[in-house]
Amino acid sequence: MTDVTVFGNPAVPTKGKSLLALDERTRRRNNAEARFRLMGKIAVAIGIVALIGLLLSILSNGLSSFQQTYITLNVNLDAAVLDKAGDRKPENIAKVSTFGYAPLIEKALRDAMAQKGIAVDGMNAKAAAELISKEAPADLRRFVLADPSVIGQTHSFDLLAAGRIDGYYKGRVTMESAKLDRNTSPEQLMLADKLKEAGILTTRFNWSFFTAPDASDTRPEAAGLGIAVIGSAYMMLIVFVLSLPIGVAASIYLEEFAPQNRFTDLIEVNISNLAAVPSIVFGILGLAVLINFFGLPQSAPVVGGLVLTLMTLPTIIIATRAALKAVPPSIRDAALGVGASKMQSIFHHVLPLAMPGILTGTIIGLARALGETAPLLLIGMVAFVREYPAGPPDGFFDPASALPVQVYNWTQRGDPAFVERASGAIIVLLVFLILMNLVAIILRRRFERRW
Amino acid sequence: MKKYLGSCAVAAILLATAGVATARDQIQIAGSSTVLPYASIVAEAFGENTDFPTPVVESGGSGAGRKKLCEGVGENTIDIANSSSRISKADIELCAKNGVAEIQEVRIGYDGIVFASDINGPEYAFTQADWHAALAAKVVKDGKLVDNPNKAWNEIRADLPAQPILAFIPGTKHGTREVFDEKVIIDGCKEDGTYDAHLAANNGDKAAATKACMALRTDGVSIDIDGDYTETLARVAANKNGIGVFGLSFYQNNTDKLRVGTMAGIMPSVETIAKGEYPVSRPLYFYVKNAHLDVVPGLQDYIEFFVSDDMAGPNGPLAAYGLVSDPELAKTQAAVKARTPMGPLN
Repeated sequence: MTDVTVFGNPAVPTKGKSLLALDERTRRRNNAEARFRLMGKIAVAIGIVALIGLLLSILSNGLSSFQQTYITLNVNLDAAVLDKAGDRKPENIAKVSTFGYAPLIEKALRDAMAQKGIAVDGMNAKAAAELISKEAPADLRRFVLADPSVIGQTHSFDLLAAGRIDGYYKGRVTMESAKLDRNTSPEQLMLADKLKEAGILTTRFNWSFFTAPDASDTRPEAAGLGIAVIGSAYMMLIVFVLSLPIGVAASIYLEEFAPQNRFTDLIEVNISNLAAVPSIVFGILGLAVLINFFGLPQSAPVVGGLVLTLMTLPTIIIATRAALKAVPPSIRDAALGVGASKMQSIFHHVLPLAMPGILTGTIIGLARALGETAPLLLIGMVAFVREYPAGPPDGFFDPASALPVQVYNWTQRGDPAFVERASGAIIVLLVFLILMNLVAIILRRRFERRW
Repeated sequence: MKKYLGSCAVAAILLATAGVATARDQIQIAGSSTVLPYASIVAEAFGENTDFPTPVVESGGSGAGRKKLCEGVGENTIDIANSSSRISKADIELCAKNGVAEIQEVRIGYDGIVFASDINGPEYAFTQADWHAALAAKVVKDGKLVDNPNKAWNEIRADLPAQPILAFIPGTKHGTREVFDEKVIIDGCKEDGTYDAHLAANNGDKAAATKACMALRTDGVSIDIDGDYTETLARVAANKNGIGVFGLSFYQNNTDKLRVGTMAGIMPSVETIAKGEYPVSRPLYFYVKNAHLDVVPGLQDYIEFFVSDDMAGPNGPLAAYGLVSDPELAKTQAAVKARTPMGPLN
C-alpha cells in the first residue's frame, strides 16, 4: 500500500511552473533512485573487494608452490653399498633401505662442493646434507630398483632441496628467521647461495606438484596433488555417469508424464528439500549404508562418487525441470499435431531443445560436488594416501584422496611450508572450477534458444 | 536415445560392481591427529622400503579412531587406531560386544605439551600454579574463594611479565586438553592450595573438588581452540599477548615464530621429557586388531617397523620430528613380536 501513497498520488498540478523545474515529488523519487543505485554500487564494491582480497591472499601464498628448488648432483651408485653380494639379484638389492642410500647422496654433495671449491665455515657434512630433501634417498632407491644394472655407475640426479632451503628462495625463510629456526641455520642458507652461484642449485617449474603423491610432515617439498587429482577425477566421472541419466529420467517423468496428485507433489517438495540438506548428512548416509551395510571399502572414490551423486541429483533434477519447462508448449503441440507420440515429441523435440539448460545445470552441480569436503570426511577420504589408485574401474575401489581434502589436510600440518602447498592446491581447484563454469557458460551461449 | 540407454547401462554396471567388495591389500589406520604426523612418516618409509603398499592413515580424533577399531572384524573395518590417550573401558566393552576379542596396545613414545608465545614477546617461566591462578574460575584470595580477579601475569607472581592474561588452549574434544587439565590445572590447583579450599567448600568430596578446580573462567581470557595447532598459531600471531598451548613437535617446526616458556623451571625438549623432568607430557599409543594380523598383508611388518629402532628409536626420524622416544622401547618390540594382546585396564 505504501507504493500507492508514494507513487500513486495524483500529480501535483504543474500549472504556472516549467516542466524542466523539478517539483518536490519528482526530486524525492530521483533521490530515492540515486540512493538505491549508490547502495547497489557499494554492495558490488564490497563483493569485489572481498573477492580481490581472497584471491590476493591465495595467490601470494600459493603461486610459489608452482616453483621448486632442485639440487643437481652426480651420484655414484656404489656397488659396495647397494649390492654387497655382488649378484645383482633384485631381492638382495631391495634389502638396502633408504637409510643406505642417504650416505651416497651425502658423499656426492661433498664431492661436488670440493670440486667447485665451496665451503662454509663452521659447518659439518651432516649439516650440509640437510640441504637435500629426505625424499631424495627414496627417489634413488626407486631408480635403482627399476633397473639394477645401473649399480656401479654414476648418474646425474635432480634432487629436491629441503623445504626450508626451498622456502629461502621463495622469501618464506630469511637469515633472521633461520637463526631462530631449529630446522635450518644461516650457514645452510649461505651454502645454498654458493651452490646456486655454482649452478648446482636451480629453481624450476614444479611439475611434480601436479603428479606426485602426498608426502609426510617431514618432506613438504615432495608433497603433490597427483592422487587428489585422480581421486577427484574418478569421483566426478562417477557423479556424471550416474547423476545425469538418473536426474534427466526423473525430471522427464515428473515434468511430462507424471499425474498431478498428492504423491507427486510430495516428491517435488522432497526434491527441493534435498537440494538444501547440508552435505555432511549425505556423508553420514554413505557411511551407514554404503560402507557399513553394503560393505564397500573405506576411502574409495566409488563411495565418494555415490555420496556426491546423491548430493548432486536434486540440483540436476531442479535444473532439468526448469529447462524442460522453458521449452514452449507450441513445440510439443506441433509435434503431437503431426502425429508424434508423446515420447517421440519429448525425445525428438523437447529434450534436444532443453539440453543446453540440462548440461549447464549438471556442470554447476558437478562443480559444487568437486569442491565438497564434508561428506568425504565420514567415509574415510580425508586421509594420508600415497599409493596411486589403479586405472578405472578397479581404481574406483582403491583408496584415494580429493582436491579439497588435500587442502584441508595440508592446512593442518605443522611445517609452514604446507601453507604454501595448501594455497597452491586451492589455486588448482579454482582453475578447475573456473574451467567447468566456463564450459557451462559456453554451452549456454552457443546452444540456448530464446523464444 | 541410444546415448541415453548407453549411459543407463553404464550406471547399472557400476551399481552392480558396487555390490562386490574387493579384497583389501593396504593397511587402514585412523585416529588421533597428534599421532597422525608420526604415523604418516612411518607409513611413508614403510611403503618406500617394503613391497607392501603404503598404509592409508586417516585422522579424525583418538576417540573416533578407537570407536572405528571396535566396530567389528572384517575388511571394511580399520586395522589400527592411533590414540593420544589410553583406551577406555567403554571402548574395550564395545570391542568385545562386536567380536573384536584381542587388541594389542603399542606405546610408541611420549609427546610433550608446551606453552609458547610470540617470538618478540617477553620470556616466561611458568609453574602449574601460575596457570591455575590465571585460568581457573575461582581462586583463593585472602583465605576466601573468589571469582578470578587476575588480569595480568604479574598480578599472579611479581616476577612474571606485566602482560595481560590471554590463553589459547585446546578445546574439550582434543586429547591434549585432558593432559592440560590433569597435569597443569589440577596439579596447579593442588599446589597453590585452592584444592583444599574447594575440598572444604564441598565437605570433603574429592571428585567435586577436582571438578571445581577444572572449571575455567569464562570472561574471554581463556579461549578454547577446537581446530588444530595451526589455528592456535594464527591466533597467537594475531594477538601478541596470547599464549598458546602446542605439541612439542609443532613448536619445533615453528621455532622462528614462537618463544617457548619453561614449566617449573624446566625447558621442554625431547631430552627433558625423556628424562621425565618436564612435567607436561603424555604417552602416545596405537591399538592393533589382532584378528587382522595375518589377513591384511604387511600388518605385522608395519607394527614391527613402527617400533623398530630405525623409526621410533632416539635417533630415528620420529624423534627428529619431536616424538620423545620410549626408554622401554625394547620391551614394546618384544611384545609386538609376540603379538601380546593387552590385559584388562588397571
